Order: sequence, then C-alpha cells, then structure tokens
Amino acid sequence: MARKPDLRRFPGFLAVTLLCLFLLYAPLVIVAIYSFNDSPSITLWGGVSLRWYEDVFWGLEADKFKRAAINSLTIAAAAATTATVIATMAATAMLRAGQFRGRSFSFGLISLPLMVPEIVTAVATLIFFSAIGFQTGILSILIAHIVFCIPFAYLPIAARMEGIEDVYEQAAQDLYATKWQAFRLILLPLMTPGIVSGFLLAFIISLDDFIITNFVKGAGVETLPTAIFGAVKQGIKPNIMAISTLLLMVSITFVTLSYFAGRMGQNRKSNPTGET
Amino acid sequence: MAGLGPTGGRAARTYAGRGPLLILPAWVIIGIFLVLPILIMATYSFLTKEFRGGVIWEPTLAAYDQFFFDRGLFGDEQPKIEWTYILIFWRSIWQAGLATLLCLLIGFPTAWFIATRPAHSRTVWLFLITVPYWVNLLIRTISMKFLIRDNGPMNQWLLNAGLIDEPIHIINTNLAVQLGLFYSYLPFMVLPIYAAVERYNFALSEAAADLYASRWVTLTQVIIPVVKPGIIAGCILVFVPSLGAFLAPDLLGGAKNFMIGSLIEEQFKGAAGNWPFGAAAAMILLSMVLIVLIVYARNQDRESA
Repeated sequence: MARKPDLRRFPGFLAVTLLCLFLLYAPLVIVAIYSFNDSPSITLWGGVSLRWYEDVFWGLEADKFKRAAINSLTIAAAAATTATVIATMAATAMLRAGQFRGRSFSFGLISLPLMVPEIVTAVATLIFFSAIGFQTGILSILIAHIVFCIPFAYLPIAARMEGIEDVYEQAAQDLYATKWQAFRLILLPLMTPGIVSGFLLAFIISLDDFIITNFVKGAGVETLPTAIFGAVKQGIKPNIMAISTLLLMVSITFVTLSYFAGRMGQNRKSNPTGET
Repeated sequence: MAGLGPTGGRAARTYAGRGPLLILPAWVIIGIFLVLPILIMATYSFLTKEFRGGVIWEPTLAAYDQFFFDRGLFGDEQPKIEWTYILIFWRSIWQAGLATLLCLLIGFPTAWFIATRPAHSRTVWLFLITVPYWVNLLIRTISMKFLIRDNGPMNQWLLNAGLIDEPIHIINTNLAVQLGLFYSYLPFMVLPIYAAVERYNFALSEAAADLYASRWVTLTQVIIPVVKPGIIAGCILVFVPSLGAFLAPDLLGGAKNFMIGSLIEEQFKGAAGNWPFGAAAAMILLSMVLIVLIVYARNQDRESA
C-alpha cells in the first residue's frame, strides 16, 4: 500500500509562506541597504558609506530630527508608563475583583481605541481640544497617545494575569499580608513579564503613530514620524532612508525584547515563583 | 478573549470590592479623551462651518447635504445626487476589499503552513510574520514606495536582468494602494486564521480522505467551513483599518486614488478646510465600521448560542 499522504501538507503553501515573508521583508531590507549608499541620488548605487548617517546626526537637518526624536521618545516613555499603570490597575479589576457593576462594559471600553478607525480618533481628538480651547502641543499629543496605548498595554498584561492562579495571593493573605502587600510582593513580581511586554508594545505603538499625532500636534511641534512625513512629501532623500533604518532597528529591538519578556513568562509558568 | 474569563472559570476575588476603583482611571481617560470627543465630533457635523477652520454654533444639516446632494454652484438648483464623495467611499470600500482578499489569499496558506509546523518552530514563524507589523507604518509605506517606484530598485533589477523592456508602472495605481494596505495589515489576517487552524481537529481531514475526498475537496468542504470564524475575524481586522487608512493611499496612490482617509484629512488642513464636513465624513466612516462590527458580533453570538 502506498504511504499515507500527510493531510497537513498542501502543495504550494510553503511557497506562499516564503513569498509572504519576502513581501514583508524585501522593502525593509532594500531601504536598509540603500541607506548605506554613498551617492546623493537615491537611484544610483555609489558604493558603501556611512555619509547619510553622518548627515542625520550632524547634517543640515540634524537639529530638526534631533528635536523630533527627543519629542517622540519623551512622549513614548510617558505615554507607555501611564498606559501601563492604568492597564495594570484595569487588569486587576477585571481579573481579580470578582463581579462588579460595569465589568462587562469595561472590556468594550478598553478595546474601543482599537475599534475606532485611527483617522476618526484623530479628527475627534482635534475637535475636542479645539472645542475646549486647549492649546495643542506636546501635552495634547501625550494625552492622545495614552488613550490608544491602553489596550496595547492591557492585552499582554491581562493575558499574563489570567495565567496566574490566585492561590499565591490567597496564601499571602492567610499569612496576614495586607491586600497591598499581596499585590506588591506577590502578584506584581509574577506579573513582571506581562507588564514589561505591555510597556514595550505601548512604547512602540506610541513611537509609531503618525495619523493621530499629525492632527493634534499643533504648529511647530514635530515627532519623528511627522518630521519624516514632512520631509518625504518633498521626495525621498537618502537621509530619510538612514533615519528609517535607525527607527527600524529600534522597533525590532523592542519587539524582540518584548517577545523574550513574554517567553520568560511562559517558562516561569510551570514554576511561578521563579525559584530554582 | 484575553481578559474576559477569570482564572480557571472561577472568579478570582482577591481584590473584591476594589474593582470600580481600579478600573476608574481607564474609564476616565478613555471616557474623557475618546468617547466625549466622538460625541463632540458628532455635534460638530451638525454645525455651520467657519471659513478659517472651526465652526459657528448654528445647527444645520449642511455637511451631510453637501456629502449626498449637489445643488449647483449657487445652491438654488434642484438637488441632484452628489456622486463625488459617494464614489470616494465606494472606492475605499473596493480598495479595502481587494486588499483584504489579497491578505486572505496569501495569509491563509501562510497561517496554515505555520500552524502545521512543530510547536517550537511555530513561535519563530509567527514572530517573523509579526515583526514587520511593529515597524513604523510610515517607514514601511515609504519603503514600499521606494521599492516600487518607476526607477526604483525593483524595476532596475528587472530591466538589468532583461525580464522587462520598460519599467512596470505600479506607483500611483490602485495596485500600489492594495500592496501598501496588504503590507500594513497582513499579520491581522494571519493571526486569527492561525489560531483557528491550530484548534482544527485533523481527524476530520482523515475522515474526509477515508471517504475518498481529494485534497481540494477536503480544503473547501471540510477545512474552510471549520476555520471560517478565524477567516472572518481576519477579514474584519484587515478590512476595518484599511477602510480608513491614510498613509498607503496618500503616499502610494497619488492624487487620483483618493480614499476616505485623505478626504477627511483634507478638511482639517489648509484653506480648503471644512470642519463640519470632515466631521460628517468621519461619522459616516465610523457608522460603517460599527455596522460591520455589530453584524459580526451578532453572528458570533448566534453561532456560539
């Protein structure tokens, strides 16, 4: 009898997967390669050099990009921190506080920023700040970012908390720990991988945002994406590719960190106290 | 769904009674800075426009009227249906639909392939698929633009290799926008289908094969119906953000391939600005998205009931 065919295998699916990866990575790899191009033209290849990286850090537009980068990083750090704190509290409420009024409604509210199209959020936020006469600038960007960072911080945090049984906190309380001590000394350390992963995702999402920032930034304030967008409108220049490559590296580093933070959590699941 | 089911089906209640207090910050922030703004935007869509941006507090249906009806230059002709904006919306739906289809055609085999790998290599494949999603959307779109330009690297290589005689013109076409949208949201298609395939019971495939079903029949008659919830979830997750996308149509589509996102954006920038009209267009987009989500949620309920 002929060997039983593997029912999991479909001819061509591997090829499609490889095509998929190719489509996803080819543009990024090519921009990274051309960022090292020693030629003022973006089309012609003139050998390998770091001149466009030098241009980014010390060139004519260096000041503009530096200020934008500082804005971006400050906003991302502040927004991700605030969102992580709010999300951790919300996850504790949703998963550790039993039933309360508005609990099922709360999940919808927390995921609302994911469901409303970004352009709608952008318009609504701009109109809101204008209606209450709030001066747009760094602060308005920060507030808008906190809102859409909350669900991104919440999901990994809640997923992690769901995986931790509450017996450890119960044991702590049986040993006369206060609720706060049970939270700070037991739940929080167990939650660390989820919290780190949530923070990192929120950080990238904030760093990534263009549409909402573009609406609420006000005149003269730029973040990296809005500065890059402004520059690209005049045509893609080689220095844009150098900045893009740098930002690409930052994103990939953060996602990799977040991935390993999550895996650290998984490995600890079988041994939740982390003792060896 | 993460965050809905408490540990092991039993409500953990360590902090019972503290729930409302702990959830309060999330409520306040999202309530004040997202729900309230949407309500104010809805109000603005019924106000009169102020010429340098902003509004005059005088209720009117002018914005919606301008969207749907053409009353001539002086506003005194018989109202005709205004097709300009309806067509922009129609084109957006069409573009988002084709992008969704493209994601499905490539995403389904990919998700299947990944879900049938050994467990340890699955996470690596998934990681590879999701990494580009976390790279700045603007940078991904610029990269795509750079690659497919008329005199970009792709065309140069094809020309040098002698495969084509003149550059393939993709940039500023519908295809470019679809490619951009595909690139933006592909992981949203792969992940839900992957989750569905991972739960798929291969005994069903074996049963079909025992009954002499071909691979193709097994795929279309057995597998696809079973993993359909994952496919539908993936399609919605790609379609919804594609519908309101701004960067891909703006950078890759050029002026001719205007989509809803650009139409709305234009109302809040520069001299052509018309805030009530922009708010009305945003409200129409939001309503469309909500309808899709509500229909989806109802079907989910019916299937789980």
